[in-house]
Amino acid sequence: MSRSRGQTIFYSAAALISLVGLAEATYLTAIFLSGETAVCGGSADCFQVLGSSYAKIGPVPVSGLGALAYFGVFTFATFAGFGYARARQFFTWTVTAMFCMTLWLLFVQAFRLHAFCRYCLFSAALVFLLTGLVVARPVAETQKN
Amino acid sequence: MRRYLPFVIVIGVALLAVGGGAYLYRTKRAANPAPKISKTETERPGEIVHVLGPANATVTLEEFGDFQCPPCGKLSEPLNQLQKQYNLRVIYREFPLAMHNHAKEAAYAAEAAARQGYFWQMHDLLYREQAVWSISTDARALFSAYAGMLQLDLDRFKKDMDSNEVQQKVEADQQRGAAIGVKNTPTIFINNEAVPGIKSNPDELPALVEAALKKAKPSS
Repeated sequence: MSRSRGQTIFYSAAALISLVGLAEATYLTAIFLSGETAVCGGSADCFQVLGSSYAKIGPVPVSGLGALAYFGVFTFATFAGFGYARARQFFTWTVTAMFCMTLWLLFVQAFRLHAFCRYCLFSAALVFLLTGLVVARPVAETQKN
Repeated sequence: MRRYLPFVIVIGVALLAVGGGAYLYRTKRAANPAPKISKTETERPGEIVHVLGPANATVTLEEFGDFQCPPCGKLSEPLNQLQKQYNLRVIYREFPLAMHNHAKEAAYAAEAAARQGYFWQMHDLLYREQAVWSISTDARALFSAYAGMLQLDLDRFKKDMDSNEVQQKVEADQQRGAAIGVKNTPTIFINNEAVPGIKSNPDELPALVEAALKKAKPSS
């Protein structure tokens, strides 16, 4: 369970970003399950995305899966930050999966629904940030205290 | 202690997320009460109408409405409250006005939802979101989104929206309205007596309903 300062900063940043994503995804899931529609302050485009068939997989809202994924990233980042080597791998895999899913969801919004949801774009930005961190991790890991 | 710290953090965040989500869900759920009883019954031979409330209610309120008409939208929630308060029998009939570009499609959407037993839920949704879809260039996509939100069978919903049966139902309601002199929306009848247009508003209607109740039960 060895750690460097660079690693601690890196995984703390990742944990913080995933916490923001978790809050957003939890909010969207609760909204979805409660049947609330004025989720985007009256934005037609936003509702078109969140009310579409792409917003759920079977009965499960995509935002719920997002919440689970963000929670996973938070968990792995926390454990990796505390020096658990195995957690780093899980962290990378989860972020990679989220990145692929984000690309698919952006494609759906741009080419299938022709509408963008601001929550989804915000989440995409968070995932891109996390991906950027994963790409930059080798640099962080070489920084020793 | 340090060894257990990541576990404590992760469990704490999990509890916070679940607790926060549950709280938000309950709050939003309270703001959007469970769907009303959706009922469709036969008013005249072969005629299907959308009815809310008991069949033996003392007062029946019949509304000819247009989903894109702003006064109808303003009346929607107060009518729901009146229905609950006085246990009214409320009948809704389609009367989309030609001057509203999406009104007819909205009526088709409500009727298509009715075919899956969700007329009143779609009725409420269309009025609640009126300001959004009214100005949309693709209202139909929004109606499909609303249907998705109500967990309807989307393929069936879209097919029903274009079906002759649904369009004939809207046409039949309009013809019935025109035959009895309906020209504007909302036009309301309380126990088959037309309510003057100027009184078809949330401020005046409760008094009219109470008067109708007294008239029907003069001893009470």
